[in-house]
Amino acid sequence: MTPFRYDRAGDVAEAVRMGNAPGAAYLGGGTNLVDLLRETVARPERLVDVSALSGAISETDDGGLLIGAGVRNTALAAHPVVRERYPVLARAILAGASAQIRNMATVGGNLMQRTRCTYFYDTDGSRCNKREPGSGCDARGGFTRIHAVLGASEACVATHPSDMCVALAALDAVVHVERQGATRTVAFGDFHRLPGERPDLDTVLEPGELITAVELPALSVAARSTYRKVRDRASYAFALISVAAALEMEGEQVADIRVAFGGVAHKPWRATQVEGALRGAALTDEAIGAAAALEFADAQLLRDNAFKPALATRTLIAVLNALKTGETA
Amino acid sequence: MSIVDDAKQVAQGLMMGAMQKLVPLAPDSWIPGGKPDPLIARKHGLIGTPVSRLDGALKVTGAAAFAAEYRFEHMTYAALVYATIARGRVAAIDSAAAEAAPGVVLVMTHLNAPRMKNMPVFGSSPNAVGPHNLPVLQDDRIHWNGQPVACVLAETQEQADHAASLLNVSYDAEPSTTTVAGAVANGTEQAMFFGQPLRNDVGDAEALLAKAPVKVDQTYRTPRHNHNPIEPHAATIAWVDGGLVIHDASQMVSQQAESIGAVFGLAADKVRLTSPYVGGGFGSKGLWDHQVIGAAAAKLAGRPVRITLSREGVYRTVGGRTLTEQRVAIGAQADGTFDAIVHTGMSVMTPHNNMPEPFILGTRCTYAARSFALKVEVARMNMLANTFMRAPGEAVGTFALEVAVDELAVELGIDPVELRLLNEPEKDPLSGVPFSSRHIVTAWRQGAERFGWAGRDPRAGVRREGEWLIGTGCATGTYPYYRMPGAEARITLTRDGDAVRAQVDVAAAEMGMGTSTTTAIVAAERLGLPIEQVEVGYGDSAIPGAIMAGGSQQTAAIGAAVIGAHNALVADLLKLAGNDSPLAGLSADEVGSIDGGLASRTDPSRRESYASILSRAQRGAVSVTKAGSMPLELMHWSMHSHSAIFCEVRVNAVTGELRVSRLLGSFDCGRILNPRTAASQFRGGMIMGLGMALMEETQFDERNGRIMNPSLAEYHLPVHMDVPEIDVLWTDIPDPHTPMGAHGIGEIGITGVAAAVANAVWHATGKRVRELPITLDKLL
Amino acid sequence: MSIVVNGLAVDPPGDPRVSLLDHLRETLHLTGTKKGCNQGACGACTVLVDGERILSCLALAVQYDGRDITTIEGLAEGDALHPLQAAFIEHDGFQCGYCTPGQICSAIGMAAEAKRGVPSHVSADLGGAVTLTRAEVQERMSGNLCRCGAHNGIIDAILETVA
Repeated sequence: MTPFRYDRAGDVAEAVRMGNAPGAAYLGGGTNLVDLLRETVARPERLVDVSALSGAISETDDGGLLIGAGVRNTALAAHPVVRERYPVLARAILAGASAQIRNMATVGGNLMQRTRCTYFYDTDGSRCNKREPGSGCDARGGFTRIHAVLGASEACVATHPSDMCVALAALDAVVHVERQGATRTVAFGDFHRLPGERPDLDTVLEPGELITAVELPALSVAARSTYRKVRDRASYAFALISVAAALEMEGEQVADIRVAFGGVAHKPWRATQVEGALRGAALTDEAIGAAAALEFADAQLLRDNAFKPALATRTLIAVLNALKTGETA
Repeated sequence: MSIVDDAKQVAQGLMMGAMQKLVPLAPDSWIPGGKPDPLIARKHGLIGTPVSRLDGALKVTGAAAFAAEYRFEHMTYAALVYATIARGRVAAIDSAAAEAAPGVVLVMTHLNAPRMKNMPVFGSSPNAVGPHNLPVLQDDRIHWNGQPVACVLAETQEQADHAASLLNVSYDAEPSTTTVAGAVANGTEQAMFFGQPLRNDVGDAEALLAKAPVKVDQTYRTPRHNHNPIEPHAATIAWVDGGLVIHDASQMVSQQAESIGAVFGLAADKVRLTSPYVGGGFGSKGLWDHQVIGAAAAKLAGRPVRITLSREGVYRTVGGRTLTEQRVAIGAQADGTFDAIVHTGMSVMTPHNNMPEPFILGTRCTYAARSFALKVEVARMNMLANTFMRAPGEAVGTFALEVAVDELAVELGIDPVELRLLNEPEKDPLSGVPFSSRHIVTAWRQGAERFGWAGRDPRAGVRREGEWLIGTGCATGTYPYYRMPGAEARITLTRDGDAVRAQVDVAAAEMGMGTSTTTAIVAAERLGLPIEQVEVGYGDSAIPGAIMAGGSQQTAAIGAAVIGAHNALVADLLKLAGNDSPLAGLSADEVGSIDGGLASRTDPSRRESYASILSRAQRGAVSVTKAGSMPLELMHWSMHSHSAIFCEVRVNAVTGELRVSRLLGSFDCGRILNPRTAASQFRGGMIMGLGMALMEETQFDERNGRIMNPSLAEYHLPVHMDVPEIDVLWTDIPDPHTPMGAHGIGEIGITGVAAAVANAVWHATGKRVRELPITLDKLL
Repeated sequence: MSIVVNGLAVDPPGDPRVSLLDHLRETLHLTGTKKGCNQGACGACTVLVDGERILSCLALAVQYDGRDITTIEGLAEGDALHPLQAAFIEHDGFQCGYCTPGQICSAIGMAAEAKRGVPSHVSADLGGAVTLTRAEVQERMSGNLCRCGAHNGIIDAILETVA
């Protein structure tokens, strides 16, 4: 680890004041950042500890939920309102990492997770445009089992590793952000970026900006929702692909639907084409398959990940059928 | 230079060859094990009774101290820098920033490291355990991507790590071979294993294969694996009075001390290496570059060093199991009897080591056939020296062989268990020597009964519960009985009034196999003492002899040494007992140890307690040290552990996810000494086999020879959720020709498991997977 | 402020880079907590913070100023082993013993989570009380790797005592 100064912020105002300094970074539960510090992928000069701030979950006036950025993953998954009204979120969190990590990790930190691309982590031996813009990408042509098939660029084929964020993408969440003297909100779908020419930027956050909360709107479709993760071992592994989905049926027709994929792109992938194709349609395997085909029509396959579109499609069919019949466990 | 050419190894090979011709012809009674060990006949003692680990309380309270948990005054912490090219030279090292960083004590590179000899490479002498024959920080040459090029010492680990990250090393790359295709194009050679070619030909196998009415002929692939003990390799090192003290993690304590001593020109008694607890090894906990670098840095800095490899550092500098490509072809008559077994193929190693993966070893003894053609060829790549990993050869060889047998069973329409039994050999299929103890048929029958194999529908892909396709499969596993020379035991009986205590010291290693507990059981039983009165010393190079926790042979080696020492102790005690003892006039052969003393074997009333003998001789203690017999039994009999593995898998029809829902191992491994720890050894091996089947692969980037998943997050080991309740049973039939009747059990568990899983996957889905690991994309 | 470790108050490190794990092992010489990967991938460093299990390798020690840490050394009451420690011996829930302290601390934290009703990935019903079946314990303990393959004994020991 490169030496840094450590400060514990007493409140959000103090945090954003400290975080405004050049080279400053916010520290949540540390589950990703401490690892990145040790690997010297991250080299901040100052750490502002915000892990004790914004630890509350409250219901909003319009029936949604305001989740403080410092809420631990375990607490969020166990929250009665989340379990009842947003089961996809509880399921996604519980599918991620291990219990110890979920006990440490914060909601804000989860949004800020960086990719698991092994070339990104290999500071000494591999080139990576995300780590060092312009240096090149050694992942292309290398081990790409966990890499992106949608929305990648010449510069970067990394995926976002979070499970929780896939659920948040499906749920139309809103990110509350604060910086010195200003607050703003960012729609979840706009929060994470596609790599383009600047894969070093994972999100639209400006330097010094701090996530203070994630807001879930009231969303009736979410009551019937779930998350399915497909991975290389039965637990404690990052997703190869995952599906977050919510479904409301009206007879045989889809009244409302939300779908997001994990493990396929640089950001949690809200499957708007799937939703558009299925909304109002009869929910058949063929219809779902055709909808997924639209979503993956522009998929760019790499050496090791050619199975992903088919796997994601099959999984989506199974998930939506299960939601339809109520067998979501 | 190829190490195969090393004169010593050739000489060793010639000697072994001559011995192998003569020893089988000798009468049984001339051979160690010619007369059954008397402990085999003892039915009601400690042997065979479940005993909890004697070091259990220390381990569950965190009090057991591992290598990186010793401390020296003024100790420094080490961090390493690793090369990023596969072959070439260090062009320049800019160490100014590192040297100026806070807390830095030393930056050591090839430019300032003390002059040292190369490590004595494995096989070059009896106790040589160096992993390669390369200079360590002695010149600018790079031999593999990941080779250590610098070591930083600092007051704290944080300071050392940071300073290491500030070193700027530039390289001049040279052409390298980092692809399998390139290595093969450079030429393959006959693989050698312990001086002998990995090649056997009996009859004309290819001709018989061509004529066989039923046959399979397929190629199977296994990837690189890493051992991944949860304790990373570490050593705490100090120079004391011109000698070297190393608190290490070692499964070859004395050999490692001797080998690192050779690097620094130190006599054996100037190196003290202790390793009482080892956090897992599986073949990896030996001598590697880091101990040499740590000792060199300690010498240069004049301060003790703690060197703990990061997890990445383990992958960069501690070799794993190499990859294999195997062809297995079996030709059979319509009745299922084998005409020909062809098992050939290649693995890769480096120009600087000699460890081909000997995947034909298990095929040499598993089935009868009219002809055999077995051959391992090896190609060389620029990579970290690969090494032994749990059941080297058998673990991956049984995958190929046993999937092929299953494929043949399908072709023949014969139940795969029955096909195996049909080809059960009566004597060693290659050498023709008799088996010492082979009850694999019993193991198969007992296993099939317990598993509920009878009535299995042989059709593939016809069982389904919801999304899950279900299938069952089986495979046989095998691992040889070994016993290496060099083991000694020191038994010290100490009198305290009317009581005695025994201290039994063996230069053995304990990585969790239960060796220290089993040694106490075996020694207590042989000495006729309660286990509470026996203390076992091990894991210390100051103890005489050299015993390796490798080849599943440690328990046999210890057993033979304890037999030798016990015989000598009896002789000494008889001398001390003198003419006034009830034992007077009896020879050592005529007395045995029982109930805390010696007694006539034929007239138990003639007895005297140890305490009484020592007391009358006015002695506080008596101590003997003795080596075990030469392990000639290995050449006189064909000796192996055996297993029958059964499993049930579930394959998700939607996602291809594979779960092993049932797993059973039925073992024939001689007498089981401690059922509690033995069951754990069996299960542990089987779970490593499960990992091999389902998920394990070291990702070696062929573009530059760099390992790209040097991490427990990206190299997957089975987690709790992957591991079903595993049923283990054993025949418990003693081998009359081994100490205590026991066979090795440490490696047999992993063999056969990957094949059983692959065979069950076929039964579940109809898909035949011939390349490990069986990941879900192969099943979609 | 100070960190309380097994009931004793200790100073946090001066260097903020020191992890809680290294602070325990190298400064306090409490080496029962193990370093397996130092990257949050093996669980060997699991300790309890205010009763919750966390990975001490991913925790900067300074972040835990004012918190109450329990390590493997703090579980036994004098010479009397914690029942789970005794069960690990009885069920042979370890071989080398290196992952063991982490497994034991993790299991204690897990039992508390289950008692609070925290669901898991394998819980069929997100709403109900938690019953620690074998599968539930396996899933909840999956953050603790064991390479010797003592998984069966570990789960047996947990089911018998704290589940």
